[in-house]
Amino acid sequence: MNWFTRTLTSSIGRKLVMSLTGLFLCSFLVVHLIGNFQLLKTDSGEAFNAYAKFMTTFPLIKFISYGLYAGILLHIIQGILLTLENGKARPVAYAYSKAGDTSSWASRNMGLLGTVIFLFLAGHMTQFWGRMHFGEMPMVNLANGDSVKDLYKITMEAFAQPIMVALYVLAMVALAFHLLHGFKSAFQTLGLTHKKYTPTIETLGYVFAIVIPAAFAVIPILVFLMTNK
Amino acid sequence: MEHTGRSYTIKVWRQKNAQAQGSIQTYPLKDISPDMSFLEMLDILNEQLLQKGEDPIAFDHDCREGICGMCSLFINGRAHGPLTTTTCQLHMRSFENNETIFIEPWRAKPFPVIKDLVVDRTAFDRIIQAGGYVTVRTGSAPDANEILIPKAIADEAMDAASCIGCGACVAACKNASAMLFVSAKVSQLALLPQGQSERKQRAERMVAQMDAEGFGACTNTGACAAECPKQISLVNIARLNREYLSAKISSDNVEEYVPIK
Repeated sequence: MNWFTRTLTSSIGRKLVMSLTGLFLCSFLVVHLIGNFQLLKTDSGEAFNAYAKFMTTFPLIKFISYGLYAGILLHIIQGILLTLENGKARPVAYAYSKAGDTSSWASRNMGLLGTVIFLFLAGHMTQFWGRMHFGEMPMVNLANGDSVKDLYKITMEAFAQPIMVALYVLAMVALAFHLLHGFKSAFQTLGLTHKKYTPTIETLGYVFAIVIPAAFAVIPILVFLMTNK
Repeated sequence: MEHTGRSYTIKVWRQKNAQAQGSIQTYPLKDISPDMSFLEMLDILNEQLLQKGEDPIAFDHDCREGICGMCSLFINGRAHGPLTTTTCQLHMRSFENNETIFIEPWRAKPFPVIKDLVVDRTAFDRIIQAGGYVTVRTGSAPDANEILIPKAIADEAMDAASCIGCGACVAACKNASAMLFVSAKVSQLALLPQGQSERKQRAERMVAQMDAEGFGACTNTGACAAECPKQISLVNIARLNREYLSAKISSDNVEEYVPIK
């Protein structure tokens, strides 16, 4: 290993990778959410399908999406490595521990929360992303005459089922707790603390952690209510 | 002084030596004054054990006035017990009559148990040895104000320097991370003019030694700062991250660090 890889595999280096990929994934959440709002338009999926087509074919977006896959994988791999190494640092557990007195539950369970989000992601990507890219899709004609894959129909059918909505909402709760600690933690890891800015970053983190997952969760609930009228 | 005579059930980790398998043993204890310090309570328990011909409980202690960092103990699920003081500054009035009190050693791979509640904390010494110093010139003592340091900076450095190296941060951390300790030791010198010449090397070597010792990574849970008897702040950990990452980017050093054994 040279100095660079040694830096990235040190304890602080691994945390650096976690924070940078984590913040990158936060930015992705915002983009994804904006796309999801197209589902709420009462245009039989016209806007959503056009958006889905754009996201899967536009060259720049395709290029960024490879960065996103890499970011997700790096975040997961580093997370697993860190969790394993951190576990090894305390081979004998305390018989009696009151960790809750001194730290938040979310901060102590980032690995568990991450696992829940990963399981959701695996299912979510198989259900929509995988089918969109590699599976059989119904086709639909847009207003401009383009024939596109009808992701809108697939999504509507999926969230007509209460179990799908429940799992989705549960995953968003896990995401909220993950972000509640992760957002501000990323800035601390980067050393970006300052008397003037840290309170703003912390407030922004709490708002982000609640508003973004809540907005994600509202959409399938609304879809469920609309389709099961 | 009137003794109200409280009773406790003491559940304590007993382990003959570093190799032996340890276990939690239960000792009932009577006639304990709430004014007694926690360590005095252990002294009394040990006297009773000695009178019965049993091996007394080994535990670390020295100054008993909260400044040396020698006492440890994970008491009722918290490092140094329910208060943010050192264990020697903890008194029995912090415990209810008839309470069950768990006493365990610091738990971390780099802090192996030597006997009962005594752990080997020389991993901290090796981290200091790796870079937690200033290579001073020999000769007569310099004048006090020869190097001007603004009051605010001096205070910040002093806050970091107040770390007594007790290891409560490691004990409290879910990852047994030593980041708060290392960050305090890096910060106290990084803030001062005297620490500048070895600044980059210090951050690089101390973190490398910390990793080699087997301490976990930092998850920013904040448990360390919450338990620190000297109120070392998490701001120091952010500074250590900055010091380490900027040193890695800009220092001349490309050699692999050889850990001190």
